[in-house]
Amino acid sequence: MQRQLANMKQSLFDQGYLDEQFIQLEELQDDANPNFVEEVVTLYYRDSARLIQSIEQALEKSPLDFSKLECLMHQFKGSSSSIGAKRVKSECTQFKEYCRVGNSDGCKRTFQQLKKEYATLKKKVEVYFQFARQIGPVEKACRSK
Amino acid sequence: MAQNCEFLPCLDSNEVHVLAVDDSLVDRKVIERLLRITSCKVTSVDSGRRALQYLGLHEEEEEEEEGSAIYNEIKVDLIITDYCMPGMTGFELLKKIKGSSAFRETPVVIMSSENVVARIDRCLEEGAKEFIVKPVKLSDVERLKSSMVGQARIQ
Repeated sequence: MQRQLANMKQSLFDQGYLDEQFIQLEELQDDANPNFVEEVVTLYYRDSARLIQSIEQALEKSPLDFSKLECLMHQFKGSSSSIGAKRVKSECTQFKEYCRVGNSDGCKRTFQQLKKEYATLKKKVEVYFQFARQIGPVEKACRSK
Repeated sequence: MAQNCEFLPCLDSNEVHVLAVDDSLVDRKVIERLLRITSCKVTSVDSGRRALQYLGLHEEEEEEEEGSAIYNEIKVDLIITDYCMPGMTGFELLKKIKGSSAFRETPVVIMSSENVVARIDRCLEEGAKEFIVKPVKLSDVERLKSSMVGQARIQ
């Protein structure tokens, strides 16, 4: 079961969904805080939902307010980066680039892609955390931290 | 300066009190955990304005407020702040802190997701102790903590 969990995690890394920052967060878990990463990721999805909505609304305006969009995306990129959401973060970077050069279509297209990555990651980490919780007690008993 | 000496002898590795300033909820949760894991006491606020309020500094007239900060016994050993925040940036907060008599000796660390040399230089010139590129790692906080405890012992 442990190996399955490790494989699941490895696959998320290999496919570029997560980066080193996720591992950094896992290092902060201990017996007293066994679900820290799950808490942070849950917080991320809850908190960023309003940002997504704001960006969506801003993208409906005509003409686009690129500086506002860039500012919103900067915040979103920041939290995505803090949880190790690699693919999401890369879409954010792309989006900011399009803002910088004032490319409306580019922004809109990238945002659709971003939402897909955001949703996909959510499903994948939910499965991962659920599995981790199931095998959790055994793992925790062995942890020295 | 005289006021700060009162607190230094009490500084040991279990009593480092850090004021963390970041408008991002996710980042605040992470920085709190990073600091607590390194045995720091943490107070976190979501804006520069709230940081100044906590420290008993006002946006003007620091001289008047300095008295109340001591009266309230606000002991802060380190301030760590995000650079990009709505309202007051971390840079502006840094300037206010360095401009106050109560907290000008308190180390201020700036965090930013953007690794811009001009920005880093500006912050360091204004008196920031360090500039950390986000996302902040445990090793960054451990390094900060050990450099501070060392500093306290020397003094």
